[in-house]
Amino acid sequence: MIRKPLRIFRSDALYAEPAFVKPMNNKRSLFQTFVTPFGDIPASAAMIAGAILWIAVLGAWAVATYGGYVRDMFLPVPDAVVRRAITLAADGSLFVHMWSSIKVVLLGFLVSAAISVPLGLYMGTYRIVQAALEPMVNFIRYLPVTSLVPLFILWIGIGIEQRITVIFFGTFFSQLVMIADEARAVSRDLVNASYTLGTKRSEAVWHVIFPAALPGIINTLRVTMGWAWTYLVVAELVAANSGLGFISLKAMRGFQVDTIFLAIVLIGLLGLISDLFFRYLRRRLAPWAV
Amino acid sequence: MSKAKGSLSVNGVSLVYSAGEKSVLALDGISFEVRPNEFTVIVGPSGCGKSSLLYIAAGLTDATSGHIHTGGQMVTGPGADRGMVFQAYTLFPWLTVRNNVGYGLKRKGIAAAERQKVVDYYLGEVGLAAFADHYPKQLSGGMMQRVAIARALANDPDILLMDEPFGALDSQTRHTMQRLLLRVWEHAQKTVAFVTHDIDEAILLGDRVIVMTARPGKVKADIRIDIPRPRDPEIVLEPEFIAIKRRIINELRDEIDETH
Ligand SMILES: Nc1ncnc2c1ncn2[C@@H]1O[C@H](COP(=O)(O)OP(=O)(O)O)[C@@H](O)[C@H]1O
Ligand SMILES: [Mg+2]
Repeated sequence: MIRKPLRIFRSDALYAEPAFVKPMNNKRSLFQTFVTPFGDIPASAAMIAGAILWIAVLGAWAVATYGGYVRDMFLPVPDAVVRRAITLAADGSLFVHMWSSIKVVLLGFLVSAAISVPLGLYMGTYRIVQAALEPMVNFIRYLPVTSLVPLFILWIGIGIEQRITVIFFGTFFSQLVMIADEARAVSRDLVNASYTLGTKRSEAVWHVIFPAALPGIINTLRVTMGWAWTYLVVAELVAANSGLGFISLKAMRGFQVDTIFLAIVLIGLLGLISDLFFRYLRRRLAPWAV
Repeated sequence: MSKAKGSLSVNGVSLVYSAGEKSVLALDGISFEVRPNEFTVIVGPSGCGKSSLLYIAAGLTDATSGHIHTGGQMVTGPGADRGMVFQAYTLFPWLTVRNNVGYGLKRKGIAAAERQKVVDYYLGEVGLAAFADHYPKQLSGGMMQRVAIARALANDPDILLMDEPFGALDSQTRHTMQRLLLRVWEHAQKTVAFVTHDIDEAILLGDRVIVMTARPGKVKADIRIDIPRPRDPEIVLEPEFIAIKRRIINELRDEIDETH
């Protein structure tokens, strides 16, 4: 049986099991726990609090549209969006567009991460790598990706490679800097301790710095994945013939506001799923840090 | 200079820290010899260079001048022959207690079955067999330092360097840890260089106590502790213990007065 140990023990007798202190009889009111900084709240309260905002937003939408306060040319009634989803799903085109977008985001993101993780690790570990990369990386990092799009179209054309390049440029440079920061933040004492246990200098980066920085690296990937989804729309608005951003743009020309809403909702949902995936990955790969 | 395995000789070691314009002389030509299996305790005013000295012996910091030899070999960098227990908690958070203790053996390429045996032995020595599969963050401070001691010893170093390993623990846990360390040391028979600012701890543990001067650090006094082992924690009340303690306090008081 695994009991969850507390982090702080009062006494530490040699062979005794640590004292597993029971939580104090909770005499505080629910409201008091809500206004306690960093206080734990019941899971049900968390669910309800989250649901309230959703209900409020969806409710306001329903009132505004069904109540006739906003013209449906600008804001579709909720059931129009659902009906649109059903029609597009029925002829299969919805999945074609979704898959097209997912492919672009995944490829752009994976290429970016495959380079930024090892390179960021070296950049945070070795000053010389940092000195070589940082000036250029920081210059490119602050360029708006949109300003590069015409160049990409000129060089790469308007195929999927162009969209992947946009995603890559949107995520890679910040990813690199953030991962380097994670590596640099690893405690020197940890590295020193590993040396006294026989780790060679050349081994420290993969045997110590990488595992120590792993939770932070996964977190960086999770955050930058969100950016990849934002750049997807930039990429597809400009040059694409499939994808969620593409159908959204096409719908604007045909005044199909329900389709625009559908695309927005789907991008949000896909982003949410990727976020959950990275949280799961962190729990699996770094259970010690959760 | 002794060439025997486990010997430690410090010869005229000086250390200058330079930060921009300013430079600090931390150690000023410090010399002493430690015999194999001797338990040497180093005390001195805060900032006198105790940690720096251990880091140089471990090969983690380079001396500005002078040399340290261990077993007749000059120290030029870190190595598994000199284990270290730090004041800060330095267990690898991503490894379980078992894998922390087995880390050095794995780096040496020792087979899993053999590793398991050694790890189990040292976890038993520090009384943490039941916690083998816990992660460090699930342990108390005292338990973490016990794992750190087991981790250093499992690697079978010739010399164990300990930099205020119990400094962050409450006094009750400290006493437990001191007894544990003495018992483990008597079984393992290692040369130990142990830094502390706790004079009782120094006398209770050490074969000798080296008192350092205020910065820049030199040897101020080298006091042999002839109290027979095994030592009972009650000896802190005995006159001979108190006499030694008085002497160390006096040596230290001169140093602390000088810096004020
Ligand atoms: N990295 C460093 N840069 C500059 N000065 C340092 C550095 N590390 C330690 N010092 C100085 O060197 C002296 C000795 O430090 P240290 O060895 O940590 O002393 P102790 O462990 O005896 O308290 C102190 O005065 C400290 O301020
Ligand atoms: Mg110190």
